[in-house]
Amino acid sequence: MATETMDGNAAVAHVAYRVNEVCAIYPITPSSPMAELADEWSSKKIPNIWGGVPVVQEMQSEGGAAGAVHGSLQSGALTTTFTASQGLLLMLPNMFKIAGELTPTVFHVAARSIATQALSIFGDHQDIMAVRAAGFGMIGAASVQEAHDLALIAQAATLESRLPFIHFMDGFRTSHEVNTLTLIPDDAIRAMIDDELVRAHRVRALSPEHPVVRGTAHNPDTYFQARETTNPYYAATPAIVKSAMDRFAELTGRAYHLFRYVGHDAPERLVISMGSGAEVVRETAQSMAAKGDKVGALQVVLYRPFSVADFLAAVPDSVQSIAVLDRTKEPGGTGEPLYQDVVTALAAAGRPIRVIGGRYGLSSKDFRPGMVKAVFDELAAAEPKNNFTVGIDDDVSGTSLQFDPDLDIEPEGTTRALFFGLGADGTVGANKNSVKILAEEEGRFAQGYFVYDSHKSGAETISHLRFGGEPVRAPYLIRQASFVACHKFEFLEKLDVLGAAAPGATFLLNAPQPPDEVWDALPRSVQAHIIDKKLKFHVIDASGVAQELGLGPRVNTILQTCFFAISGVLPRDEAISRIKASIEKSYGRKGGAIVRRNFAAVDAALEHLHEVDVPKKVTATTDLKPPVPADAPEFVRKVTGEMLAGRGDGIPVSAMPVDGTFPPGTTAYEKRNISDEVAAWDPDICIQCGQCSIVCPHSVIRTKYYEESGLEGAPDGFPSAPINARGFPGSRYTLQVYVEDCTGCALCVENCPVNSPTEPGRKAINLVDKRPILETERHNIAFFETLPLPERSRVNFANVRGVQFLDPLFEFNGACAGCGETPYLKLLSQLFGDRLQIANATGCSSIYGGNLPTTPWRAGADGRGPAWSNSLFEDNAEFGLGFRLAIDKQTEAARTLVEALAGEVGEELVQSILTAPQLTESDFVAQRQRVAQLRAKLEGRTDEASVTLGSLIDYLVRRSVWIVGGDGWAYDIGYGGLDHVLAQDRDVNLLVLDTEVYSNTGGQSSKATPLGASAKFAAAGKRVPRKDLAMQVIAYGYVYVAQIAMGANPEQALVAFREAEAYPGPSLILAYSHCIAHGIDMRDGMKQQARATASGYWPLFRYDPTRRRHGENPFRLDSPRPRLKLEDFAYRELRFRILTKLDPEGAATMLRQAQAAADERYRNYEDLAGRDGSRFLPNWEQA
Amino acid sequence: MTDLATEYLGLKLAHPVVASATPLARDFDGIRRLEDAGAAAIVLPSIYEEEIEAEDAAFSSLMEHGTLAQPEASGYFPGHAAELGSLEGRIETLHRAATACAVPVIASLNGSTPTGWVEFAHQLEAAGASAIELNLYRVPTDPSRTGEEVERGWLETVRLVRNAVSLPLAVKLGPWLSSPGNFAVRLVETGANGLVMFNRFYEPDIDLQTLTPQPDLKLSRAYEIRQPLLWIALLARRIGASLAATSGVETHEEVVKYLLCGADVVMTTSSLLRHGPEHIATLKSGLAEWIDERGFGSVADIRGRLAASRLARPEAYFRAQYVSILTGYDQAGR
Repeated sequence: MATETMDGNAAVAHVAYRVNEVCAIYPITPSSPMAELADEWSSKKIPNIWGGVPVVQEMQSEGGAAGAVHGSLQSGALTTTFTASQGLLLMLPNMFKIAGELTPTVFHVAARSIATQALSIFGDHQDIMAVRAAGFGMIGAASVQEAHDLALIAQAATLESRLPFIHFMDGFRTSHEVNTLTLIPDDAIRAMIDDELVRAHRVRALSPEHPVVRGTAHNPDTYFQARETTNPYYAATPAIVKSAMDRFAELTGRAYHLFRYVGHDAPERLVISMGSGAEVVRETAQSMAAKGDKVGALQVVLYRPFSVADFLAAVPDSVQSIAVLDRTKEPGGTGEPLYQDVVTALAAAGRPIRVIGGRYGLSSKDFRPGMVKAVFDELAAAEPKNNFTVGIDDDVSGTSLQFDPDLDIEPEGTTRALFFGLGADGTVGANKNSVKILAEEEGRFAQGYFVYDSHKSGAETISHLRFGGEPVRAPYLIRQASFVACHKFEFLEKLDVLGAAAPGATFLLNAPQPPDEVWDALPRSVQAHIIDKKLKFHVIDASGVAQELGLGPRVNTILQTCFFAISGVLPRDEAISRIKASIEKSYGRKGGAIVRRNFAAVDAALEHLHEVDVPKKVTATTDLKPPVPADAPEFVRKVTGEMLAGRGDGIPVSAMPVDGTFPPGTTAYEKRNISDEVAAWDPDICIQCGQCSIVCPHSVIRTKYYEESGLEGAPDGFPSAPINARGFPGSRYTLQVYVEDCTGCALCVENCPVNSPTEPGRKAINLVDKRPILETERHNIAFFETLPLPERSRVNFANVRGVQFLDPLFEFNGACAGCGETPYLKLLSQLFGDRLQIANATGCSSIYGGNLPTTPWRAGADGRGPAWSNSLFEDNAEFGLGFRLAIDKQTEAARTLVEALAGEVGEELVQSILTAPQLTESDFVAQRQRVAQLRAKLEGRTDEASVTLGSLIDYLVRRSVWIVGGDGWAYDIGYGGLDHVLAQDRDVNLLVLDTEVYSNTGGQSSKATPLGASAKFAAAGKRVPRKDLAMQVIAYGYVYVAQIAMGANPEQALVAFREAEAYPGPSLILAYSHCIAHGIDMRDGMKQQARATASGYWPLFRYDPTRRRHGENPFRLDSPRPRLKLEDFAYRELRFRILTKLDPEGAATMLRQAQAAADERYRNYEDLAGRDGSRFLPNWEQA
Repeated sequence: MTDLATEYLGLKLAHPVVASATPLARDFDGIRRLEDAGAAAIVLPSIYEEEIEAEDAAFSSLMEHGTLAQPEASGYFPGHAAELGSLEGRIETLHRAATACAVPVIASLNGSTPTGWVEFAHQLEAAGASAIELNLYRVPTDPSRTGEEVERGWLETVRLVRNAVSLPLAVKLGPWLSSPGNFAVRLVETGANGLVMFNRFYEPDIDLQTLTPQPDLKLSRAYEIRQPLLWIALLARRIGASLAATSGVETHEEVVKYLLCGADVVMTTSSLLRHGPEHIATLKSGLAEWIDERGFGSVADIRGRLAASRLARPEAYFRAQYVSILTGYDQAGR
């Protein structure tokens, strides 16, 4: 049978799509690609095995998806869903129903960690274990091939047994691992599904033709008995699964068992596990057994129903001790779930075998043969440790086993290669392609696994590739590579790139230096690796070649060619022709220029590739740079720095916070230097308007004004200009770019209103080559930081020019270069940062806002700053309301105590504290002074009231609660909560960073996605207009609502932020945020925002209920009538243009509809703005 | 009933008013609207090879931007969008229009490489175009290239496409040649079945605020018929190919003038953009009325009456005319 290469998600979706009629889904990492593929196939009208095209329905949440699945199943359709983690948890209530009603379905799960002390998108079994009580069958795959095969076996079994199934694979490790597999032919899929059973499912469906009632409510008299009715079905299921496995083996030749034993013929020590870890255990056990160790591995394939009989039969009689490995954590339990099952089963059978249990691999922690061997070794100990961990250094509870990280059991014929790349350079894509090329021929096998860091801009990627003549069964990272490629020279200065190079390996480096100069540019440890390990060293200036060929940063084709040319894995000519064939395949349908350019890249690669003569001695005087400065705080050095250096796996338990609490502002230590081009200020023509500063997504443009005397001691050439404002005679102004943190996005350049009168195209801020200015700017920044911050109470908060002087308490985030969301958050931090408390929905903003190693929210010079937390995706509004409730309650308590202590601390102070206005910056300065006085008066007092007041005193300064998230949260999954929170009278501010799409998970359609835009799950174009959330909320009458777009009118955005914050009730701001998922050149982001408004697509307005108090119309339309056609905005974006290619006529129709919708919405707003104030609900405070 | 029938590139047309390449014909609905409005034939907007390639490159670049760069998103657009090329949509529109329209649908092509000209022409033929108009628009910006070299390149293009497809070929050329007549003859010798006279060029203005060139193209005005009028008059009935007049058609009067000088069809873009597709009917009825009023019976009766080949003193079109205009101007100036 022909082999293919694909990842686990594709392998599972291939089957699931073919054996279902309805897919109700919701995006969640790492399962989203399964749903996306199903949607893509459905839009291409690819049929299932019955010839129909499955329906793919995106829902508003996984809860919604499960409800739709339940309904669809009850109505007779074969239905599935794809999910993970929190998504699976949200499905839990329906899962109990579906199982209770004996409804056949398979939920395909890419198993993932649960958010606990922190969120993690990576793989383990916490999610599936959390739902094991629901009554679903559970079947788990150890590899891409198994995931493919078991998806079908599960489907066959569910139809026959009537038990719903979870079919799981390990998130990322299997779902995202590309591997060679043999596809099940469609006729075999067809043969596995018994149509009689499908018809039986349909007959059980609800129908008015033969009505039944299902979903009744029971009482104590019958619920229990009814709950016991299904026992026979559970009892029968293992045999049904076994029979499905047997049928499958007949059809495909691949045999499966409920429990799969591999190892010594008479093992004494046995390790039991599930998922991809089982493959590592299996391979290690085989390797050890081959050397005579009496060890064996047992993989649990069918976990639920747990067949005790089959399990006992599968445990060889010779076994004396067993270790059970769980990829999950059940705090406070007697052991993890699989361990408990094993103990229970053995106890029931009375088999006297010693059993220990332990945890491994949480959140995709690499699980390696050395760890398995450590477990086997532990079993041989006199007193083996129970409740152990393996893979970490648990220096707190002493649970961890020591292991050899370098134990190598891989077959000799396997070639291993590592590639260090940048997200933007196409390395991962090229390597996926290489895997395909390498596995194209029968009898050749390849595996690819890709590790990313957590930044959305300038992200580092490490590709792990294996290939050879045997199937690759090594679901763990490569530590001994015969080929290492470094696609960006700077990585050598911060990562131990060659640490994993095997002796005699080949090293390929993309370096800007010529071959005869490159050696001198290498750090000491790199030179030492090359000499000590006798590496063959090749260089190419791939970035230079790519620039010459017009390929921008994409060095992928060039370096892929070099890999094939020097690794010798394929004959050079054959490799070249295969690369070219794959280029043609990728781009062939398009014009020839891209193909020609890439062909040229292939040819140029060979011309520019050089082998370097390696000197015999290390000559470099510099070495790897420390990841953070030596004077950074201890935690930053010992934890953050280690993570940044790629050594996070070695951080011991004791170094980690116990409750997920981390210090803020650690991005300041990172200095990522991701862009070769950075912004530079031209003081001579700058008008000091602040327009560059306000749009800077990464907070790298800072300005200060100061007395001229402040320039004393300034470095030579430190730039400054007389301040361009009245009332500050003699003051100087400096705009400082933090060049090491600048991403080169150019939003500032595009937003600068100044044009040089003498140099066409030159602005007052421009992008320049960083290298020549880097050292100078480092000194300038150091000096700039010594200049005093402008006093907040002297800054004019009312305009952009003033706001530039406010210190941003959100800086150097890892969002996409040119992000449209982050300028709003920076502004938020500038305006209210010192009393700001943020509830942040999961999504892009929680990732760039809170994904380790570093976090951008920080404290200001006075130690105050935003307190930030992320609860979940779906509950953010409620989470933030909880903040408010607690703050209000604590404030009330503090005020009561202040009043009660008036006699002791002074009536005047008390009254001034209690009655002080808290709106303007000077109000807050004054209130903080009063609170400081109060604190001083309480000092030393030991009475209970004073002590209690001391713990509550901070609440006397009004806190600003902001509930922040994207449109996926606000319009979809969190909409119910958002609506409820806005329907209260609490002072909360909701900020929706509206990119009109699920950005974080890769561009899935939300209810904010516009009509005519193409997005995942709306591949053929969104057919209905976006939800007008603003109007829905305005209907409440008492909620402050603003629609803003910084690129269209930053002053209006600023006013909206301040009005919303000042409004004492609930507020909602919808902030248009351009996004990489719009398919634009991000440097044009702000201009696109302006076009969105100018075309009437995104009108700006503010609905302020306080105006109603004075009889005024609360609705202000802030943007003029459309003066641009919608297409002049929309067709500058790929999301709209896709459809013009896919379906030109449909695109034209939708454009007309969208134009009509935009026109009508604007007219509605105009009508609203033109009304008399009395035509609105009375002000809620008056009502 | 006045007989307005004419023939262009061997295609029989009900009348001589043809919708030339216009944004109105950008999509299928627009093309149908032009047909419904009565266009005798419709020339689709030019397919520029460079534009297609640039668009594909931009499309790919935006598609690839951010792909496989972070663990949660392999990319930001539906997977199959990556497969879409810019040419397919245009070809599809042509195919649908050619299938649905009763009037000829002529594709217009502007290649930038020999392979592009040939490959694109093949696809246009396969999609059902009635004819191809080769748009030789290209500003010869390299001062080291002689006029002869440039012309040789254009002729080579025509030869390549002629050899590649069997469809009728029209060539749309610019007027800025030392000897347009001679070049026209050579085009026809190389295989052109018709000439479209003339192309208008984008001539940028300068924005004094930003000091940058501002690409701009104004719609043509009636006074602009002079140059094509002259050359059509000179070439009509002399070169053995169809002649299409374009530029400056605002009312039926320009249509009549072009026909009198020998044009087989008259093409208009600007008037349709100004007045909408229904303006075709106005031009057509104006033409019919004029022919009637003057006592002619058909378009054939008036076509080429003022062509140089039919005039006793063709030099009326040349120098003497120039002198008299200057004199007239001089007198009017007093």
